[in-house]
Amino acid sequence: MVDTTIGAAGVIQPAEVKDVELYHPKSWVTKYVFCQDAKVIAIQYAITALGIGLVALVLSWLIRLQLAFPSSFSAIGPTDYLQFITMHGMIMVIYLLTALFLGGFGNYLIPLMVGARDMVFPYVNMLSYWVYLLAVLVLVASFFMPGGPTGAGWTLYPPQAILSGTPGQDWGIILMLASLILFIIGFTMGGLNYVVTVLQARTRGMTMMRLPLTVWGIFMATVLALLAFPALFVGCVMMLFDRILGTSFFMPAIVEMGQHLKYGGGSPLLFQHLFWFFGHPEVYIVALPAFGIVSDLISTHARKNIFGYRMMVWAIIVIGALSFLVWAHHMYVSGMNPYFGFYFATTTLVIAIPTAIKVYNWVLTLWRGDIHLTVPMLFALSFIVTFVNGGLTGLFLGNPVVDVPLSDTMFVVAHFHMVMGMAPIFVIFGAIYHWYPKVTGRMMNEALGQFHFWVSFLGAYAIYFPMHYLGLLGVPRRYFEMGDMAFIPQSATTLNIFITMAALTVGFAQMVFLFNLIWSLFWGKPAGSNPWRATTLEWQTPETPPGHGNWGKELPVVYRWAYDYSVPGAKEDFVPQNQPPTPRAA
Amino acid sequence: MSITLLLLAVIGAIAAWWLSQQRLMSKPWLEVGAIDDVRGTGASPVPAATVGLGVFLAVVVTLFALLISAYFMRMQTADWAQMPAPKLLWFNTGLLILSSVALQYAQVAARRGRMEDVAGGLVAGGLLALAFMAGQLLAWQQLNAEGYFLATNPANAFFYLLTGLHGLHLLGGLVALALTADKVWRGLEPGQVRLSVRLCAIYWHFLLALWIVLFTLLTPWVGDFATICRQLLT
Ligand code: HEM
Ligand SMILES: [Cu+2]
Repeated sequence: MVDTTIGAAGVIQPAEVKDVELYHPKSWVTKYVFCQDAKVIAIQYAITALGIGLVALVLSWLIRLQLAFPSSFSAIGPTDYLQFITMHGMIMVIYLLTALFLGGFGNYLIPLMVGARDMVFPYVNMLSYWVYLLAVLVLVASFFMPGGPTGAGWTLYPPQAILSGTPGQDWGIILMLASLILFIIGFTMGGLNYVVTVLQARTRGMTMMRLPLTVWGIFMATVLALLAFPALFVGCVMMLFDRILGTSFFMPAIVEMGQHLKYGGGSPLLFQHLFWFFGHPEVYIVALPAFGIVSDLISTHARKNIFGYRMMVWAIIVIGALSFLVWAHHMYVSGMNPYFGFYFATTTLVIAIPTAIKVYNWVLTLWRGDIHLTVPMLFALSFIVTFVNGGLTGLFLGNPVVDVPLSDTMFVVAHFHMVMGMAPIFVIFGAIYHWYPKVTGRMMNEALGQFHFWVSFLGAYAIYFPMHYLGLLGVPRRYFEMGDMAFIPQSATTLNIFITMAALTVGFAQMVFLFNLIWSLFWGKPAGSNPWRATTLEWQTPETPPGHGNWGKELPVVYRWAYDYSVPGAKEDFVPQNQPPTPRAA
Repeated sequence: MSITLLLLAVIGAIAAWWLSQQRLMSKPWLEVGAIDDVRGTGASPVPAATVGLGVFLAVVVTLFALLISAYFMRMQTADWAQMPAPKLLWFNTGLLILSSVALQYAQVAARRGRMEDVAGGLVAGGLLALAFMAGQLLAWQQLNAEGYFLATNPANAFFYLLTGLHGLHLLGGLVALALTADKVWRGLEPGQVRLSVRLCAIYWHFLLALWIVLFTLLTPWVGDFATICRQLLT
């Protein structure tokens, strides 16, 4: 461990780290495969997450094709359809968004932004990735097992999740639960690193209140995840017991095909509590890093300091704390004591306050800024619009009376895709365009990026706006086909075809993005060390891409907060965090 | 879920206390440091590994709090039939206490630099912990022999689940213990093993406390007590 001195004002990290303490890769394998350097682990996480995310993207096309042209594809039967929606949802939420924000961006940015050489427990950090990869492989394996993956819906509600009517009852559900358990174990290893690195490895002068908001967002999200994932873990373990060992934690007495099953007395509601105790914080596990990253993108690309930094930090903390108190708004239709309904509706709506504060602060940051409409900025702006949009429909759903008719309709699908699907994905894209130059030393192609942005952004609205309307008509979610239902007009079918076309177009734009990622690696414009002229520490590394140990001989010293843009009287329109103040002229 | 929320509130209180030390009211935009004024970061003087263990224990507390919440919720259904706790568990508890004591001994020895005693304490602690786990397995076997199978009743299922998960945590601790013992074997200086020994001891005391909580819950009279409480409330 590093020896720290305790000065008058607290702990001061030593400027130089003894060389032996750094982990040194000795061969190709330890440098690129079993590597303990957080930057490499970050890239491994990101590639794996994007890879499995691609699978989920393809599944979404299949879902959309079925919805637009019911039963015209012999390859998509009702069973397949349920499996597709389940796997699509689960992969997107857990294996893509959570893994990419925390494992990907967390690993890359935390050590660099706080001015550390690496994560505090590099070995555990490496294990974290390999356990994550194993979780992904187990998930993928379920596609190839007899019976295929589970079709229980990403919420995996028992009893149906483990009954024989549900696809993937043999192996699918078992592998799904096993994969989630592995994911959680792997995440916990990584999460300990992210939290403790922020707590203990900040460089000299980097107080908590000087951290870039990206770090605050990822930090708080990790804390939420560490405390929320155990609920999913418990739920998964108990359901696995029910499925394999015949216990009745969640399974009530059931007659199936005229036969009494061996189960009895279990409580499906108990699972719902556990699932949503994890599930609601999970949406903020995804949202908080997005909040943080967007704040930094906006400030950098509008050349203005973030408005209300302090309030932004407080809002992140308050949102994090509140998100543990609202879980049952996902269970209004499961039946509950009216007082509970009232309580959960209130807490749900209260979260809107700190969230709204953040939105105002972003807008005020933009106000009279020197806005550069670069690709990262466009994505950041689109996040704000889309997030507000989804948040507003959330306010509808937060009220039990409104929620009951809308629950389990396309309206909910539209809500969460806006707020947790599109909005965070936009941030991920923006962040990739923004930090790609640091990771690779080259810029991504601007024209392709603009194309990618406009198609994705407009396309997302073409997809999800009409879906709200379908939901209001009463079109249910998770249905293989509608058949001839009186309340669904012909126009709904036309609308479905339109949505599918939009979805396929957006899907195509993602291929352009992937092409850009690879193309720019070889032929992108050389970026230099600080192409966006940003203040935060990761742009001030002696080498780009940052070398092993991040900083040369000495760790940087931080003299100011992360948002000194357009400071009056300064030579440049940005002042890096590690730039010493000029001595006052005599 | 109220138990979980209660424990989360405790964790939250610790976090709030820590946050209150971080000058959340400061105005960073006005505070440009002077050149020679290298301020502390507000990080705690505790080594990172200790903080890491603390965070990990918070996760484990949450995990078991959720299980215990589930336990109380499931207990309310009519099919619940508490099974007698095997007498052997008392003996096992004794073993775990001794194991904790041995590690405490090792920790004190490490602080005083008596490496021989450190090695002794670690080995004794490890063996006693292994004996505890063997005892737990034996208890499972006794229960099975008496017909209290895992799937016959939710009370049984919880018993196996809770003791099993506790055992797995102890197993993880044994790996850390083995690594620490290995350091002592290789003849590292007291200064280089002190921290590892200390962390092992903390983890052991934690698992002991956790076991005592679980043991209390799993004995039949808690079920009766919970029923009485519920009747009083309704
Ligand atoms: C003020 C803001 C928000 C409110 C009031 C709100 C409210 C709700 C409510 C009441 C539901 C349940 C609908 C139903 O099943 O009938 C719901 C579903 C959902 N929300 Fe939100 N929400 C908000 C923000 C968010 C955010 C920020 C995210 C993600 C980043 C999110 C993600 C989701 C997801 C994924 C679901 C669907 C879960 C499922 O049933 O599969 N929400 N929201
Ligand atoms: Cu929610």
